[in-house]
Amino acid sequence: MSVPSDAQAPEGREAPEALDLEGAFRASHVGEVLERLERELVGLAPVKSRIRDIASLLLIDKLRRAVGLSSGAPALHMSFTGNPGTGKTTVAMRMAEILHRLGYVRKGHLVAVTRDDLVGQYIGHTAPKTREVLKRAMGGVLFIDEAYYLYRPENERDYGQEAIEILLQVMENQRDDLVVILAGYKDRMETFFRSNPGLSSRIAHHIDFPDYTPGELFAIAQLMLVQMQYRLSPEAAGALREYIDKRRAQPHFANARSIRNALDRARLRQASRLFERRGGPAITRGDLETLEAADIRASRVFLEPFGGEGPS
Amino acid sequence: MRITQGTFSFLPDLSDAQIMKQIEYGLDNGWAIAIEYTDDPHPRNTYWEMFGIPMFDLRDAAGVMAEVSACRRTFPNHYIKVNAFDASRGRESVRLSFIVNRPGREPGFSLVRREGAGRTLHYTTRAYATDRPEGERY
Repeated sequence: MSVPSDAQAPEGREAPEALDLEGAFRASHVGEVLERLERELVGLAPVKSRIRDIASLLLIDKLRRAVGLSSGAPALHMSFTGNPGTGKTTVAMRMAEILHRLGYVRKGHLVAVTRDDLVGQYIGHTAPKTREVLKRAMGGVLFIDEAYYLYRPENERDYGQEAIEILLQVMENQRDDLVVILAGYKDRMETFFRSNPGLSSRIAHHIDFPDYTPGELFAIAQLMLVQMQYRLSPEAAGALREYIDKRRAQPHFANARSIRNALDRARLRQASRLFERRGGPAITRGDLETLEAADIRASRVFLEPFGGEGPS
Repeated sequence: MRITQGTFSFLPDLSDAQIMKQIEYGLDNGWAIAIEYTDDPHPRNTYWEMFGIPMFDLRDAAGVMAEVSACRRTFPNHYIKVNAFDASRGRESVRLSFIVNRPGREPGFSLVRREGAGRTLHYTTRAYATDRPEGERY
């Protein structure tokens, strides 16, 4: 390619100066966070690619700033939509860390709140309460779970609207000070944004968290077991796969959260199974860390395939 | 006459960036920051009015600065100070206190002589500002 005839290059510098993208990337340590994201979060491909995009944008912006090109602080408010247990809170925590490493937020802590923390109970109570939370979140990320509860169209005197207005003002004017992430179920969030267009337009990144496939759920279960220092016997692994298939078809399925609960209950059963063995053969270390098929198959999911409120 | 009270009071007024750095220092030490204001400049007037409650659990100075500017907007012609409380000894004690806002014109103090028994004299100072009632002084 010929030398670009751009007016940017100052006199006396013919060759375009090479910029150290690799060095900037390493210096930000954002690679480690992305790697950990990849390692510790199963699936979520669209989420991960979006986060990688945002990380690259911030990195490139940093370089642009270094050479004196304009790099308006990008609006980084986000909305995370998805079914329960798809990892919204976990990703938000990682997001705070990534933004901190890239120098976009100064402290990198996550303040997770719901409607109750923002909206007051009587006139004049909401504004101080919301400001209090915003002040705490300054320099970090404010994560509003189930954000659609802020807006209650059925009650026109609801104080939620006031909280939204204060939120909007801060999201617009103090973009450098904090990043707001709104999270909730997809359909309800869409209704919420439709009725609050001002909010929707101030959110640059709408990220949708897909449901996990059975294979991913199994991988998540294994990751959780490693963290809890348990393992599955081969039969138990088969039983867990079967459990996941059955449980997904049932109501109130909350993805990874349901899996965690199932494992917790399996641990209970394992404990009582071992306890019953008192007086029998001695318990070994292997017994303590192994979940057997019986521990999983005792779940109500296997007994009542399509009845009942939820699994036990 | 320029009132000198608290830390940095013999330095020129701090800029917002400098105030922010000081607040940051306090927050990094885990101190709670409070904002107080008054229009009575007497040096023995220690307990000023609180502007909101002290701010606990903050991580970043931007939150405090927002409150400082809110206080300045409400009381542009008052003395405003930022206090940092350290609770590490089991009680909140002031570790840092500095003025962040002062009236445009500070008329200063007069010396009052009170004659006592015999020919004794007692001296005290009186702020010219306090001639007028609270809220109308500056």
